[in-house]
Amino acid sequence: MKIGHFDEFKLVTGAMAILALATSIMVVVPYLLLDKVHPVGTALKPYSMAELKGRNEYVSQGCVYCHSQQPRDPAFNSADQERGWGRPSVASDYFYDRPHLLGTMRTGPDLMNIAVRQPSKDWHLGHLYQPRAYTPGSNMPAYPFLFEEIPATEVRKDHVVINLPPDFAVEGTAVVATPRALDLVAYLLAMDRTYPVIPGLEGDAMPKKKTVKE
Amino acid sequence: MDITVILLLMTFLVSVGALMVFVWSMSKGLFGTGPEASRLIFDQGEQGKIEDPALTEIQRRAFQQDMNPAAANQHSMDTELQERLVADQSSAGPALLCLTLAVIWLFWGSIAGMIASMKLHLPDWWVASEWITFGRIRPVHLNIVAYGWCSFAGVGIALWMIPRLLKTPLRGARYAYAGALVWHVGVTLGVASILAGLSDGLEWLEFPWQVDILLFAGGGLMAVPLVMTLLNRKVDHLYVSVWYMGAALLWFPVLFGVANIPNLHFGVQEATMNWWYGHNALGLWFTPLGLAAAYYFIPKVIGKPIHSYNLSLLGFWSLAFFYSQVGGHHLIGGPVPSWFITMGIVQSVMMVIPVLAVAINQHMTVLGNFRALKHSPTLRFIVIGAMMYTLASVQGSMESLRNVNLVTHFTHYTVAHAHIGLYGFFSFVMFGSIYFVMPRITQWEWPYPKLISLHFWLVTLGIGIYFIWLSIGGWLQGLILLDGSKPFMDSVAVTLPYLEARSLGGGLMTLGHIVFAIHFFAMALRFGPSRMTQAVLGDSKFLNLFLKLKRVTA
Repeated sequence: MKIGHFDEFKLVTGAMAILALATSIMVVVPYLLLDKVHPVGTALKPYSMAELKGRNEYVSQGCVYCHSQQPRDPAFNSADQERGWGRPSVASDYFYDRPHLLGTMRTGPDLMNIAVRQPSKDWHLGHLYQPRAYTPGSNMPAYPFLFEEIPATEVRKDHVVINLPPDFAVEGTAVVATPRALDLVAYLLAMDRTYPVIPGLEGDAMPKKKTVKE
Repeated sequence: MDITVILLLMTFLVSVGALMVFVWSMSKGLFGTGPEASRLIFDQGEQGKIEDPALTEIQRRAFQQDMNPAAANQHSMDTELQERLVADQSSAGPALLCLTLAVIWLFWGSIAGMIASMKLHLPDWWVASEWITFGRIRPVHLNIVAYGWCSFAGVGIALWMIPRLLKTPLRGARYAYAGALVWHVGVTLGVASILAGLSDGLEWLEFPWQVDILLFAGGGLMAVPLVMTLLNRKVDHLYVSVWYMGAALLWFPVLFGVANIPNLHFGVQEATMNWWYGHNALGLWFTPLGLAAAYYFIPKVIGKPIHSYNLSLLGFWSLAFFYSQVGGHHLIGGPVPSWFITMGIVQSVMMVIPVLAVAINQHMTVLGNFRALKHSPTLRFIVIGAMMYTLASVQGSMESLRNVNLVTHFTHYTVAHAHIGLYGFFSFVMFGSIYFVMPRITQWEWPYPKLISLHFWLVTLGIGIYFIWLSIGGWLQGLILLDGSKPFMDSVAVTLPYLEARSLGGGLMTLGHIVFAIHFFAMALRFGPSRMTQAVLGDSKFLNLFLKLKRVTA
């Protein structure tokens, strides 16, 4: 190294040391800590095949850009609890989540426990087809491409026909859910993280050693 | 307290201490670089001379007369100007390629942004096409403006500045060509993937990892000329812009690479990684590239060195240190360890230090020279951009405070903030820089100077409407979200008029970009009157040199 290139040396080492520090704190340490946070002792189950497909649909349609999946602690703000969005989520609730879908916007409501508030498959299917048929004033996009509109006479037994409110139904036409819509709804109906967790155990993503169950 | 927390706290304190010692030693000149580096961007006899290639000869004379009439007759050294001419020629090709791609992506990014904006208040518009649904066109907008427009503009301007600042012709230009093309293919494929529904699902990291390989390789290739030119530099000191650009080009591949390793990240850890990346893309990639340009063009146009060189170094190192750890504030109230969030907040507030360093430095340089803004379109864009940097950063520090964040988190307020940063600051600086460098690159004058003003007023008005109305709407939305006694739908209803105002602002910005793109391509294709020689070369010595050189190369 030439003396004249001391500036470059400072630049490279300084810049990389600082980035390494940030990366250790923000990526590596959480990795090491959270790797131990298993949902053992809770009712959390891995996603089923249909739910996983539905989750991929959720990602593919970009639902995350308007819906969060992280009810907040009442100590921070009580509105989430008052609206019935569920207990504050903890790190182990997301154990099976790849990619994470915590979200940063609430253009629409939080969906962490949507299955508890809206357990009806019919409601979800109809709402995806035309949100404003169920929630007046909603600015959620309609997803007509997840459905097929066919003449009512051609409905087969294995078709899942959605029941639209009278104002939105077209006579003689049946709206049939595609498998993708059914998967997406299967995922939404799996969104229930209301099972109990022990506060301070799962609640803090930095469990004390004795509380980590293997 | 947990041992981990204590360790982290100690690491933090040690690093802050180290940073302070480091900055102090630099300011004492212990490392050898002194304030003379701030005068490095001027050749002998050039200080005091204004420079704005976007002006006509008559405008330029009026500008010089207004600013510093005495300096007009200073003589410059032939050899140094010749060096700069060679430097400019060496970077012209790669810079032009990057800037051309940037302008193309700016157009498409604006269209995608417009569609996304309108869909939020017209939810039944254009719903039959799956590929254009809000949840796809919105990330398409973000990825196009971030990786298409902003990255290409930043790298293009960096490639152009490097040979000038190192007084060395650009080495390895072919790596830049190759890198730009690979990157361009990457962005194209990435955008196509999102439209097709193949997204990784993480904000800022939507491109599938297979496509990310192209961006990683392209970004690496575009950094090669910087390294090669640095190793061959003829200048003793590194100007502050080189620090920023060099670090950014080193940081980005690491950030992007770590963030996109497939099948590694999971659950909440992935969320912390997501915002480590998301905010570092802003703080360690776009911001340094934008500041590098501002640190060069503001003093260059005015003809005065920056206010304080030491302050600029303090700004650089404290930006690197604090900005790299702010991402936690995106997860306030979320299911992440509390130390993670606290650290994010603390560092966000500490960001006041680098921001003030830049603000004081750049504004003190402009102070007393505000009439220059009247003359120079380049400076108008860049100085407003620098002001928006201060505004966006101070606002960002505020937003990270728990009480403020409680209201603004999850709302459109954050979206407005993001736009004042990446648009008000970064894009404005890039607009100004492009107006400066294009006449040098193409050796052609901007054919229709009035279009520059039109562009300026359209986008200034546009971002003004966008920012003010969306901030108000977002704040109101946040207040309703916090009030559990109100139905959720109230928070939607309250935003609708503001979302419409945002579309109006966005429409003006899009129009401005179309004007800009037309002007850009008119220039590249050499429309308009040929006033080239006067425009580019300014004084006759420069012209003679240029003609001599042209004869030699012919």
